[in-house]
Amino acid sequence: MRRSHPLITVLAMLTVGFLYLPLVAVAVFSVNATRYGLVWRGFTLDWYIKLFHNEFILEAAWNTLALAVVSTLVATILGTVLAIGMDRFPWGRKANTFLDLVLHIPVVIPDIILAAALVVAFGLLRLISTVFEPGLFNMIIGHITFQISFVALVVRSRLVSIGRDVEEAARDLFASTPYLLRRVTIPLLLPGIVAGAMLAFTLSLDDFVISFFTAGPESVTLPLFIFAAVRRGVTPQIHALSTLVVLITVILIVGMERVTRK
Amino acid sequence: MSSKIDKGLSVKDIDKSFGEVKALVNVSLDVHEGEFFTLLGPSGCGKTTLLRIIAGLELRDTGRVILGGQDITDLPATKRQVNTVFQSYALFPHLNIFENVAFGLRSRKFPQNEVEGRVNRRMEMLELQEMADRYPHQLSGGQQQRVALARALVNEPDVLLLDEPMSALDAKLRAQVQVELRRLQRKLGQTFILVTHDQAEALVVSDRIAVMDQGKIIQFGTPKEVYEQPKTLFVAEFLGAANLLHGRGLDGGIQTELGFFHLKQTPKWDNGTVAIRPERIRITDNPPEKNAVKAKVREAIYRGTNIDLWLEPGPMRVRTPAHRNYELGDEVWLELPPEGLVILDE
Repeated sequence: MRRSHPLITVLAMLTVGFLYLPLVAVAVFSVNATRYGLVWRGFTLDWYIKLFHNEFILEAAWNTLALAVVSTLVATILGTVLAIGMDRFPWGRKANTFLDLVLHIPVVIPDIILAAALVVAFGLLRLISTVFEPGLFNMIIGHITFQISFVALVVRSRLVSIGRDVEEAARDLFASTPYLLRRVTIPLLLPGIVAGAMLAFTLSLDDFVISFFTAGPESVTLPLFIFAAVRRGVTPQIHALSTLVVLITVILIVGMERVTRK
Repeated sequence: MSSKIDKGLSVKDIDKSFGEVKALVNVSLDVHEGEFFTLLGPSGCGKTTLLRIIAGLELRDTGRVILGGQDITDLPATKRQVNTVFQSYALFPHLNIFENVAFGLRSRKFPQNEVEGRVNRRMEMLELQEMADRYPHQLSGGQQQRVALARALVNEPDVLLLDEPMSALDAKLRAQVQVELRRLQRKLGQTFILVTHDQAEALVVSDRIAVMDQGKIIQFGTPKEVYEQPKTLFVAEFLGAANLLHGRGLDGGIQTELGFFHLKQTPKWDNGTVAIRPERIRITDNPPEKNAVKAKVREAIYRGTNIDLWLEPGPMRVRTPAHRNYELGDEVWLELPPEGLVILDE
């Protein structure tokens, strides 16, 4: 075993502390038996109990979940189809470079730009139908637009690692395209699809910017609620809510790691 | 096989380019039913491309593929009575061995009892019956190769294609598998087409060999023909060691730096090359009557059954039985018999 320099160890610990101390602080305050101040007054689960009696919060939680589930389902299907189409269709080299670019733009572009673009797009679409009034429907579409890229990237890397040999073998063994997809491609892709879906789900859960620009009065999500509440002062209830969101995210990420490692 | 139609395979005038690179140039060949045919050549010579065109996994630019009298050029891989053993084996990692072997039958919706019967028979034949419930990653390389073979053969293809199937096996196992493969092919009486870059392997297993280079077939022939009567310099050197003599073609022989050598025919060229295999050169103590070279031993490598000598001038390579010792610097007479000297095309 190699021993690292003590300085490196210290730096690493400081970095981890810098990253996680605020989260730990939030978690600690969420069980602190005082409404104000930074002094420890004993352990309580009151804030969590109050949280579950707060109608606004419950509605926001429900909106967040509905938004995340629906957008993730749609984005996972479309992203998987996109990845298969990009990787398995014999595109020319130029077309491939172009598709690659198109796929990466929503990943690297600042959320705020995408959000502003969506506002413009929905403004135009509203001329056609009132369905595009700000609200949950728009938020779902907005989330799908950036989730697709993440799903497609994860699924495509899995496609590359599977390689084409196995699919060629299946064709050589008389498999029609539907049979090939059902019996070979999809089962082998499944870990990638699940990982992509979990990534998309956490992104939707945490998203603030896109939601903020596309939400209507009826469609407040947890990040939006927290943002609004914090402006009126941070309460221990917010700490409790934040801690729960972090916990769910951590569980999903650990789950994703498990699936992809297979 | 009682059918009267010849299930042989013909490839006619196939051209194939990848962009600027010409992979195949006007390739034609006929493989007879029940024949073990080998495409032999260095990597990049187009042999795998040709195999993939026969399998239907690659599109040709021009030309036709005929199987059992039927033009299959435009049929997709899924409609051809041809199956492939891939170089990587390409087993299905998420299916157990039984389901791997059964894949080609299930995809065509064979009834369960027939699937079981046929799969079990093949697995027994290839000594895989114990492996039925295991998964590919739990098997050794040799076992995986047999699964790939069983998976293709269970479909009773008109032609079995083998794409360098031994390249992942170690040398000792490879030699054994070559003999087993040959025996299996004889037993089944099926048409096998093998792609390999290993000349020794080609000689061991084949009825007939096509030697390929740069997208062209250079020579057809039985292993004995291509080894002993190579047409070109490339074939002579690719199929084993060859001593080359360059010189002027004269009536009934060749004039070289080492003197005049009698040949069985008069060369068609004015300046050219003749080749002789190391084992065809005789070593004598007294000067032979004709085609003699006086040489000095430069290196003697003992190989158990024989000795490989490197001699000056040349360097000339001679393979001789190991019942006599040679010391470095020994002077010997070499006889290059006319029946061992092969006239190469220009």
